[in-house]
Amino acid sequence: MEPIQLPEWTALGPALLLAATAIALFVVDSISPRSTNRNVLAGIATTGSLAALGVAVWFSMAGVGATGVDGFGVIELFDGQFVVDQLALYFMIIVAVVTALVVVASYDYMAGHTYQAEYYSLVLLAATGMATMAAANSLVTIFIALELASLPSYALVSILKDNRGSVEAGLKYFLVGALSSAIFLYGISLVYGATGYLQLGNIASVIEAGDAAAYDGLLGLGILFLIGGIAFKTASVPFHFWAPEAYEGAPAPISAFLSSASKAAGFVIAFRVFTEAFPLEATAGVIGIDWTVAFVALAIVTMTVGNFAAATQDNVKRMLAYSSIGHAGYALIGLAGLSADGGELVMGAAMMHLLVYGFMNTGAFLFVALAEHWGVGRTFEDYNGLGRRAPVACFALAIFMFSLAGIPPLGGFWSKYFLFSSALEAGLLVVAAALVINSALSLYYYSRLVKAVWIEDPVLERDALTQPTGLYAAIVVAAVMTVVLLPGFGPVVDTALEAAAAIV
Amino acid sequence: MLLETLLAVALLGAAVVFVAPNRIAGKLAFAISLVPAAISLWLFAAFDGSGNALLEGDLAFESQMEWIQFGDYAITWFVGVDGISLPLVVLTTILTSLAILSSWTPIDERESQFYGLILFIEANLIGVFVALDFFVWFIFWEAVLIPMYLLIGIWGGPRRKYAAIKFFVYTNVASLVMFGAFVALVFGLGDAVSSFALPEITDAMINGDGVQTALFGVDPTTLTALVFVAMFLGFAVKVPIVPFHTWLPDAHVEAPTPASVLLAGVLLKMGTYALLRFNFTMFPTDVIEPFVVPIAAIAVISVIYGAMLALAQTDLKRIVAYSSVSSMGYVILGLIAFTQFGVGGATFQMVSHGLISGLMFMAVGVIYNATHTRMVTDMSGMADRMPVAVGILIAGAFGYMGLPLMSGFYGEFAIFFGSFGSEFLAYAPVFTAAAMFGIVIVAGYLLFAMQRAVFGPYNLETEYEVTRAPLHDIAPMFVLLGLIIALGVAPELIFEMITDAVDPIIANGGDL
Repeated sequence: MEPIQLPEWTALGPALLLAATAIALFVVDSISPRSTNRNVLAGIATTGSLAALGVAVWFSMAGVGATGVDGFGVIELFDGQFVVDQLALYFMIIVAVVTALVVVASYDYMAGHTYQAEYYSLVLLAATGMATMAAANSLVTIFIALELASLPSYALVSILKDNRGSVEAGLKYFLVGALSSAIFLYGISLVYGATGYLQLGNIASVIEAGDAAAYDGLLGLGILFLIGGIAFKTASVPFHFWAPEAYEGAPAPISAFLSSASKAAGFVIAFRVFTEAFPLEATAGVIGIDWTVAFVALAIVTMTVGNFAAATQDNVKRMLAYSSIGHAGYALIGLAGLSADGGELVMGAAMMHLLVYGFMNTGAFLFVALAEHWGVGRTFEDYNGLGRRAPVACFALAIFMFSLAGIPPLGGFWSKYFLFSSALEAGLLVVAAALVINSALSLYYYSRLVKAVWIEDPVLERDALTQPTGLYAAIVVAAVMTVVLLPGFGPVVDTALEAAAAIV
Repeated sequence: MLLETLLAVALLGAAVVFVAPNRIAGKLAFAISLVPAAISLWLFAAFDGSGNALLEGDLAFESQMEWIQFGDYAITWFVGVDGISLPLVVLTTILTSLAILSSWTPIDERESQFYGLILFIEANLIGVFVALDFFVWFIFWEAVLIPMYLLIGIWGGPRRKYAAIKFFVYTNVASLVMFGAFVALVFGLGDAVSSFALPEITDAMINGDGVQTALFGVDPTTLTALVFVAMFLGFAVKVPIVPFHTWLPDAHVEAPTPASVLLAGVLLKMGTYALLRFNFTMFPTDVIEPFVVPIAAIAVISVIYGAMLALAQTDLKRIVAYSSVSSMGYVILGLIAFTQFGVGGATFQMVSHGLISGLMFMAVGVIYNATHTRMVTDMSGMADRMPVAVGILIAGAFGYMGLPLMSGFYGEFAIFFGSFGSEFLAYAPVFTAAAMFGIVIVAGYLLFAMQRAVFGPYNLETEYEVTRAPLHDIAPMFVLLGLIIALGVAPELIFEMITDAVDPIIANGGDL
């Protein structure tokens, strides 16, 4: 049978489905404004995000955008403004997974909230932006996608309007975000000024041809500003300080969404821009410095700052926020190691880490959402003894914590090990050492939470805790996936390495 | 696929028990644990392997599947057993079933979680002994830590939090050191290996050229020696040997009885098993040679110092805990002797000590259940009130002392016999004689404790009514006693398959 040939624009299917879902939610909202029928609203949002996930997985497995196979190849859309390759699909999968988990969990968390339809459509719009970021191939489309992801996020962080913390967090997030958007945009204009192009491939050809040599300072500054914008989106040093405030004040499912999906989207931009637009040697020839040096420094500083700050927190959500900064540092190794042969191993390892992280970190924040739903306090002490009342959820929490720490029987172990071994092979001894030391340190504060829920005695006696279906389902799915990724890591490795090899 | 079935039953059983109601969890867990026990006995009966698993031996029940390919190295799901690992697998499954029985009395809260964790530990322990790929092995090795940490931390005694975290930190740091060293070794081997399968790595080390690549400016010879030392230290914490033993008494004393049984019975053997599998099988003898005398010295110090520490204790559980340090010293001595009887005896002693220390902890646990004290100074004449439990405690103590016709005798005898005549170990007779002196101290502290606590007029300061122990507390101890005597009378039951797997290791040493 002749294979069905889909039109090329369908390659953006996952992003289009997310956008369509957001619009469908607007339609529902306009038909019955102020609807609080969460079955319909959460149902549409869940269906949409799962459909996007399904399509992304299907495309990825079917080899859409795969290179090196006859009849396939990177799909370029709108004159190369967007590309759909394995890298794009891989990150669309991460975004869709996190969106689905967050939407399902929000069913209970947002119960009784006034702005239901707005909430879900904003989540889906932000997800659309993130999925588009994965495919954007020109500095303009990247910026537009970035703003599409950011603007709904600001609103989502402060959606609990009666909660001062939420509003304050939203304002801080917005101010820092606006500043970094400006920096990013300025970086784009400088790069444009130096090379005369916005499309990544064209920038690279100009640099390789040596035509940008006269504007070395301009280009260097532009690259520096781009790094700044990316550091904001991925919550890396030096633009990380918004993260603890925003994650703490935001509704917990939104914290999960931002710290997992938004971070991954930031990284896909970083991976694509720096591999496609700024070829290492040619760029180093122009600006006089190897840009991986910047990422080596950022990776080490980010993981160290995140972990040390996390170790000193008493508030669970803040601890997770700082831990998410630490994990951004781990993923930055993916860019730091690109200078060596086998750079695709390092970047592939970072991509694997972001996928596993999408499950374990989302799960951890959703547990915080569950605790907030129960009305448990915010500190470690408030979590004491929860294991007696809710063993299943707390067991899942233990899985997330040990996986985040990189303890072997869980998915987090693989990705950390691959980061470690590929960093070693790339000759980044200091980075590998920093990774090991930080992972060992992180065990301290992750196990502290496990100790609180399982070993410590409760501070006050609680009645039986409720078991909200949506939150429980999302947490259990995330936990199961974190475990299943241990035996089932083979396909992830193959996909990630293939995707990374295509662009490195 | 039999080994996979074994693992799957324990893992699924753990999940089922974890969500089962507390009321039936204990009985359900016991019923489930009988399945792995039966399978492992069947494996034992149907065992048809020969030679050493790492040295081109004929594996039994092996299976190998591709798992992950990352860069130049493949990670495979690779399991199988030989004459060294099979007895330890059987020890694990039997001891788990008995430990579950012995926890029916003392565990009275959050039962389903407790038994779920015990079955989860069992699965991982089996995995440690059957895994033949480094990553498979390491995953099981580390996975043992978390449930044990929780068992001590949740159901332990008054200082449980401190003991649990100490156990976790010590063993986890040790694992990290060992893991780093092993990865460095594999990278150092370069193109000679293409996977993390242990037999392939061993082959490259023993029959190939060994480490040829300098890593980070460390030359190959030094690198090999460093890796050997780092791995030895990593495993030494787990064994444990002096001076890395301080986590053990805390963990043992605070752990609930069934966890102590598994901790002393099987977890400590993970360390000695790994030493045998990695340090003393993978490395050529010329790498080991410079470290022989220091290791033997540490072993003898462990024997004597551990025994002296036991002598100074008044808590029955602490006495048994410290005596484990002493017994593990014998095992190290046997391993470093590098003779058939030395290494074979050490392996035999692993099984034997697992049975005997398990028995001792159960007996102490039964007495504690009735009296709510473990202090030797608090009790006297216990034989009056609990004749059966105390009788078994005495029998176990004699097993520890190495009474002929009990397994302890054969294990220690083979170790001494093997180490006395060792040509690999310089001053072998001196070390052996010094270690033998440890037996005298063992007899000293055990008899001393027995005499104070067990005999004499009955006197116990307690508000609890001391009654005879129920059958499900006594029965597992009788099973263990039966096994101890069976192995004492007919050591060839397992010793033959052990020596069959040990011989290729000795043969590597050439004309030693």
